[in-house]
Amino acid sequence: MRSSASGRLATGLALALLAACSTPSAVEEAPSATAAAAYTIWDPYPQYDTGSEWVRLLEACGAQAGVGVERTGYDTSDLTNKVLLAAQQGNSPDVLIVDNPVVSTLAEAGVLTTTTENRLDVSAVSPNLLGAGQSGGETFGVPIGANTLALYYNKDVLDKAGVDPASITDWATLTAALEKVTKSGGKGITFSAIGTEEGSFQFLPWFWGAGANLTKLDSPEGVAAVTLWADWLKKGYAPNSVITNTQTTSWQEFATGDYAFAENGTWQLANAEKAGFPYGVIPIPARTGGPAPAPTGGEFVAIPVQQDTGRYATSQKLVACLTNDENSLKTTTTLSYIAPTEAVQRQQVAADAKLAVWVEAVKVAKGRTGDDLGTKYPKISEPMWGAVQAALSSSKPPQEAMTEAQRAAASATQ
Amino acid sequence: MALTTPAPSRRRPRPGQWAAWAFLAPVSLYLLVFYAYPLYRNVELSLRNYTVRSFVRGDAPFAGFGNYLKVFADPTFGPALWHTVVFTVVSLVFQFTIGLALALFFTKNFPLSATLRALFLVPWLLPLIVSASTWSWLLNSESGVVNAALGVLGLGPVNWLTSPDWSLWSVTVANIWIGVPFNLVVLYSGLQAIPAAVYEAAALDGANGRQRFWRITFPLLRPVSAITLLLGLVYTLKVFDIIWIMTRGGPSGSSTTFATWSYRLGFGNLVPSFGPGAAVGNLLIVMALVFGLVYIRTLHRRAPS
Repeated sequence: MRSSASGRLATGLALALLAACSTPSAVEEAPSATAAAAYTIWDPYPQYDTGSEWVRLLEACGAQAGVGVERTGYDTSDLTNKVLLAAQQGNSPDVLIVDNPVVSTLAEAGVLTTTTENRLDVSAVSPNLLGAGQSGGETFGVPIGANTLALYYNKDVLDKAGVDPASITDWATLTAALEKVTKSGGKGITFSAIGTEEGSFQFLPWFWGAGANLTKLDSPEGVAAVTLWADWLKKGYAPNSVITNTQTTSWQEFATGDYAFAENGTWQLANAEKAGFPYGVIPIPARTGGPAPAPTGGEFVAIPVQQDTGRYATSQKLVACLTNDENSLKTTTTLSYIAPTEAVQRQQVAADAKLAVWVEAVKVAKGRTGDDLGTKYPKISEPMWGAVQAALSSSKPPQEAMTEAQRAAASATQ
Repeated sequence: MALTTPAPSRRRPRPGQWAAWAFLAPVSLYLLVFYAYPLYRNVELSLRNYTVRSFVRGDAPFAGFGNYLKVFADPTFGPALWHTVVFTVVSLVFQFTIGLALALFFTKNFPLSATLRALFLVPWLLPLIVSASTWSWLLNSESGVVNAALGVLGLGPVNWLTSPDWSLWSVTVANIWIGVPFNLVVLYSGLQAIPAAVYEAAALDGANGRQRFWRITFPLLRPVSAITLLLGLVYTLKVFDIIWIMTRGGPSGSSTTFATWSYRLGFGNLVPSFGPGAAVGNLLIVMALVFGLVYIRTLHRRAPS
């Protein structure tokens, strides 16, 4: 009783404040009638403001569906909690764009509608990309675009060391190249091994490339992947700063022009052009050769559960508009992503041949929450990045670090 | 009748009392909405077994002290408690000592002393994200200026932020740097309040500088010192931004304190564990509360004498 009364008081207070604040601006914002009927869209792209291509696309799709749209951009790490809170209070957005490993969490929370409920068509989407949005046989959204990791290299540094990038096909040749580079006075490779999900994201290509499986972190393959990284640090092929590097700070190290390689994503392509040295991109090699499966990055568009189920039809139109072939090309170009459908991928490569290597990388990429891991993935990922950090900072040997991580993951996922 | 006559005078407040209640209402409302309710929610959060699903539906089962037991049994608990204690104690000792030394230094008015004192406030005025990022650049293993300076002196590079032996010390140093100005300002104003006559009398009695400090300054400054240390303690216990920005509590938990651990549990993972996160947060509140009570107790004890 008391809490509801104080809640009402709080709401009353908030409303009074709101009224007080909004009176002067109400004159300027004339279309308040459409705002009431507006469809809300939340996305994790705060870097795009009103007037950017992305927001104009959202508005165009709204106009096509005959509704106004009200878009809010959140920081990606904030968005999950915002969505959970909104769902708790029954004011979820109509359309939600969210990082792919979060989809299974939100689905588990019952926040998202399935494609059977909202009638979204996902038949054209590559199954390996759709995997992150599926659990228990249901699909909870459409990928808006995908990105993944590959190795950027600095041609100047490699030339000086006499390394041919085409010769790098497996771990042994890569390590040999790093040795040559270091001997020639250059710096080897930089990546991000920070103690957050970002660190796991960067580690997974090596983990999966060794043939390891997330259900058994301490397998010989998993330990081999950690050992590879730890040895690079020990031999000075990789800087010690990788332990605190985010993908952005790791890129900044590469942009100094001293490093031969950097593990980074599609989204750095524009920065690579500006780096001021000739660069190239090769897939991350698997342990015994061939491209390693990298984790897929990129967001899903989903339709959260609403009390008024009548809104789904219009939301579905909005999402369909955002993800149709023509707009998908526009969106993925804007966001510097690879399209989720083969048809659009072909168009992208035709427009920019440099994207070919990324399209290949996306084809072999895997969803982190796939393999039916779903919400178990985060509970495995946290001990895994912890183990990587422990091994790289030499506080534990790789085998011990991974054994402990496996124990922690097993008890957390029971 | 006999029973009812005195009642109205007792029950119905006089007009003056109505006004008193009216004056009290805004602040009580404010306290309820912004302090009591969130605190109550946090305690409730820590006593229930929340999953993402039950968080959304609001039907999380009551778990008693389950979350607390889980937190106590967690292998992170011991190290995190130890780091919190070391971080807080070392920060307080150095902040207070350096702050007091600087305050004493600035009581001697000399040319430019006001300007210099103002400059010392800079760390306090900077947004924490700026100072923490600056520290992490300075202490970067590869390109940091600190390691470059060590190199000039012929010393090997130290992995300030990436070695489990150093990370806690690095964040502590950064925190001391941020906390010194606060101590300086409060202690300086405390020193101003000590009457000059006391020092003059001591000088006449032939007390030297050291005696004047230990016999006059230090005892007369005690109430101000106590509140400075208490505020510093409460503030340092909950320091989160500096550590999170500089090391994320790593590498492998070597600079994790209760504050960063609580954040990691609640927000640092794709699947938030609100219950244990809130439990760790409450432990922090209890720690601060205990020291607050100790402070009030000592105040009361001193008051009669």
